[in-house]
Amino acid sequence: MTQFNRRTMLKIGGAAAALPLLGSRAFAQEKLKVGFVLIGMPDDNGWNYGHDRGRQEMLAAIGEDKVETTVVTNVPEGPDAERVFRELAQQGHKLIYGTSFGYGDYIHKVAKQFPDVKFEWATGNATAPNVSIYNAKFHEGRAVIGTVAGLMTKTNKLAYVGSIPIPEVRMGANAFAIAARKVNPNVTVKVVYIDSWFDPAKEAEQARALIDQGVDIIAQHTDGPVIPQIAEERGIVGVFGQGADMSAFAPNTQLTAIIDRWGPHYTKSVQSVLDGTWVESSVWDGLASGEVEIGPYNAKVPADVVAKAEEVKAAIIAGTLHPFAGPIKDNTGTERVAAGDVIDDGEFWGVDWYAEGIEA
Amino acid sequence: MSSDIVIAILMTMAGAATPILLAALGELVVEKSGVLNLGVEGMMLVGAVITVAVTLTTGNHLLAVACAAAAAALAALIFGVLTLTLSANQVATGLALTILGTGFSALFGRPYTGKSVPTVGSPFPAELATDPVWRLLFGHSVFVYLALIMVVAVWWFLQRTRSGLILRAVGENDLSAHSMGYSVIGVRYAAVAFGGAMAGIAGACFPLALTPQWVERLTTGKGWIALALVVFAAWRPFRLAAGAYFFGLMMIFEVYAKSSSSFRVLPSEFWAALPYLATVVVLVLISLRREGSSSAPACLGKPFIAAG
Amino acid sequence: MQFRLEKRQEPSKLLQVLTPIGAVLVTMVLGGIIFTLLGYDGLGAVREIFLSPLLNAYKWQDLAVKAAPLIIIAVGLSIAYRANVWNIGAEGQYIVGAIAGTGVGILTNDMTGWWIMPLMMLAGVAGGAAYAAVPALLRVRFRVNEILTTLMLTYASVYLLNYLLAGPFKSPTSMGQPQTVMFSADQSLPYIIPGTIVQLNALLAVIVALVAWLVFSRFVFGFQVRVVGAAPHAARYGGFSADRTVWLAMLISGGLAGFAGILEAMGPVGRLILQFPAGYGFTAIIVAFLGRLHPLGAVLAGLMVAITFVGGEMAQITIQLPFAAVGIFQAMMLFLLLASDILVRYRVRSVRRAEIAT
Repeated sequence: MTQFNRRTMLKIGGAAAALPLLGSRAFAQEKLKVGFVLIGMPDDNGWNYGHDRGRQEMLAAIGEDKVETTVVTNVPEGPDAERVFRELAQQGHKLIYGTSFGYGDYIHKVAKQFPDVKFEWATGNATAPNVSIYNAKFHEGRAVIGTVAGLMTKTNKLAYVGSIPIPEVRMGANAFAIAARKVNPNVTVKVVYIDSWFDPAKEAEQARALIDQGVDIIAQHTDGPVIPQIAEERGIVGVFGQGADMSAFAPNTQLTAIIDRWGPHYTKSVQSVLDGTWVESSVWDGLASGEVEIGPYNAKVPADVVAKAEEVKAAIIAGTLHPFAGPIKDNTGTERVAAGDVIDDGEFWGVDWYAEGIEA
Repeated sequence: MSSDIVIAILMTMAGAATPILLAALGELVVEKSGVLNLGVEGMMLVGAVITVAVTLTTGNHLLAVACAAAAAALAALIFGVLTLTLSANQVATGLALTILGTGFSALFGRPYTGKSVPTVGSPFPAELATDPVWRLLFGHSVFVYLALIMVVAVWWFLQRTRSGLILRAVGENDLSAHSMGYSVIGVRYAAVAFGGAMAGIAGACFPLALTPQWVERLTTGKGWIALALVVFAAWRPFRLAAGAYFFGLMMIFEVYAKSSSSFRVLPSEFWAALPYLATVVVLVLISLRREGSSSAPACLGKPFIAAG
Repeated sequence: MQFRLEKRQEPSKLLQVLTPIGAVLVTMVLGGIIFTLLGYDGLGAVREIFLSPLLNAYKWQDLAVKAAPLIIIAVGLSIAYRANVWNIGAEGQYIVGAIAGTGVGILTNDMTGWWIMPLMMLAGVAGGAAYAAVPALLRVRFRVNEILTTLMLTYASVYLLNYLLAGPFKSPTSMGQPQTVMFSADQSLPYIIPGTIVQLNALLAVIVALVAWLVFSRFVFGFQVRVVGAAPHAARYGGFSADRTVWLAMLISGGLAGFAGILEAMGPVGRLILQFPAGYGFTAIIVAFLGRLHPLGAVLAGLMVAITFVGGEMAQITIQLPFAAVGIFQAMMLFLLLASDILVRYRVRSVRRAEIAT
């Protein structure tokens, strides 16, 4: 009966304003509907895959009798996203995740129209009473893989293929380079951008060019597994999975991977909506809370390298090592962070320089 | 710059040029017959997605390429029915074909997205390609050699065979070809199907030689470059090959410009836009040299309807 | 018995109106069958894509938002295509128009006044027209094919946008993200229907179409475009300059694309972002043809295509139909329309063999 009522409401057209007033209590027996808006496809083996796996973990933890999910894929950042968020809210979703930075303007717009619906904005930078943000400290993982790269490179030439030059990507490269040079002061890191989050053709061309210039370990900050494929094809020393374990694409070349684990966060926040305890919040966790995981090490990574990498990981988790602990010089030789100082979470977003050893 | 890097650049250039060259050769024959098919990009995508599907299902590369050629030729025949039999506007129909190919490939490719596709290597024994210089001769993917063979074959067909002569006659003066008893529509259907098959093979290059997986819009606009190349080359096969390699070099240039500090004087976006800007400049230069007398087939883009 | 094509004296007016409707209907039937054969819910797909957006009143506002840029660009393209000027780079002109208008917007971001909005729009039109002037010049001066140049310049415009957002245009408060500042209240299009998301651009789209229709059917220029487009040689005798027509066609279509671009930035998007190019310039080509290269037809066709977009999104949410299906439906519509074109221009007559012989 309630089902019928709601459908009728939707057709009347005034539904946009009226629906949120009904509240969730009116449908207490119904399952909680949760929406996920993705920028790409869940089968990209990277960013979107990570979020979709998190969704599945959440479903398994909470139970499909209590929650049902809708995934909308390939949603471009722009007014199209606004429509999708509104559509999901109108279709009765009470919690909606937007998993890309560019959704922010539209999440906030739609959130104002649906004060009863909770929104969560991944990698966002502004909250509202019904909008939370969540992100992960991937740069902590990059400090670990930087250590592996610094110890294993033979040519001392590393590369970091970035998507677009935003602080998060730049700081990922910095964390990677700082960690690599800590164990091997001779390495240089080439940073190149493909000007997109997902452009396999460009990524492949770029990876080949880097390898031809003597780079033997590539880290990436893009969404798909094409760089590991090219690395495997060319048989270089190593590459790192990004967002997910990409060893299926580079069984001999992936040294380890930075794995996004959104499951724990999704489980926690869905549960809080079910319990009625959801509040506006800003979550930015890393290795310590399991949001960022280091994947299995390839058999070819020597035991002492694994030990050193695990040591870095353990120190970050314990809080004894900060990925951006001073002294840090930038690549023009200017000291940016004094000894004993760190780049804290607030300063992180304002960094516009590259660390020593980076060619960009 | 060491010689290794030069060789590496030349190798990558050949790889990047090959799909463009294959597709452009097909389009050249189509345009020589007097038909303008703007659907190259769409047909390439059809070829690419079919290649991925067949390769992942059967593991047979040859079968995959054959299926890609057949499927893209079939797509081209849709264009043929509309423009040749129903004499619809060729520009609009070609654009519609690209939209169809994009949509079809995205839908059809979904089950194959994000799976590793085994690539094809060089047709020559690996021992021949150990030395860097020899690698330049024998180390390319099989498509590189196929494209170069097709350049000669298309030239030979157009210039040295009777069928080629008829095809050119149909493109230059369809009415007189018709009055001489040749089937204008029949010749054009054959040319359009050939163009489709070549675009399909060009599409197969992407998963099998360049980007070993399927993603939507895998061919990233290279079909349009192929169209520009045909004009660039003034409808001549050998000049087409030169143009394709020049364009391939431009694309590799961008990639190296981004990873080398000596190109920092201009922003990386400029280098990324350079291949497209260079194409425009070259089109202007070509037209300057031609001094008004266009070398385009006279009947290009005009529908043929037999009188009476 | 055999069929023969006979050219009509005048293209059939009735069929010109009926064939687009027929194309849509046949697409629905044929598309439903094809998607059922492909293993999808074909009936559901047709229902969601073509009917849901119309049956749900709260979706109408989305149609207005989505259709506005398509209509504005398609009106310009209709004029160009009638003159046989094949501008297929409206996407690039749309981007550069938005860039030019946003440039003004950044300079005036902390100012107030009624004049800011028209100035930004003007800059948008000028930017789009200027970017279209390049292929116009190349075609008139060097006889370079405008299909290729407009397209190449579209690719280049995307990189121009990337460059500006990464540096000169980047907002100081964006935490390093490649985007401009948010437009101020005086720079944002007002909402014209209270309680909805319908902004001024929807109204402007209808006005653009009406003005274009009046100019086209009443004044000399419209006549000139039609004559030169249909018969360049005859036009030369009539004293019309083919070159001038190319210029006008390119500047109008480019200017309108630029107008659509800045309106989109000042309206639904709210600032310039990396993902600003959404393909409207390409989709508008379908709209122009579906609207029979007529300004008022562009309005209807723009709404039709907007329906498929909005419906396609709904279908993804309600019946999990991949969004790529929308492209297939759109291509089918265009194919069927083009196929039916022959009926407008020719009469199909059945003739007996004996008649042919005589």
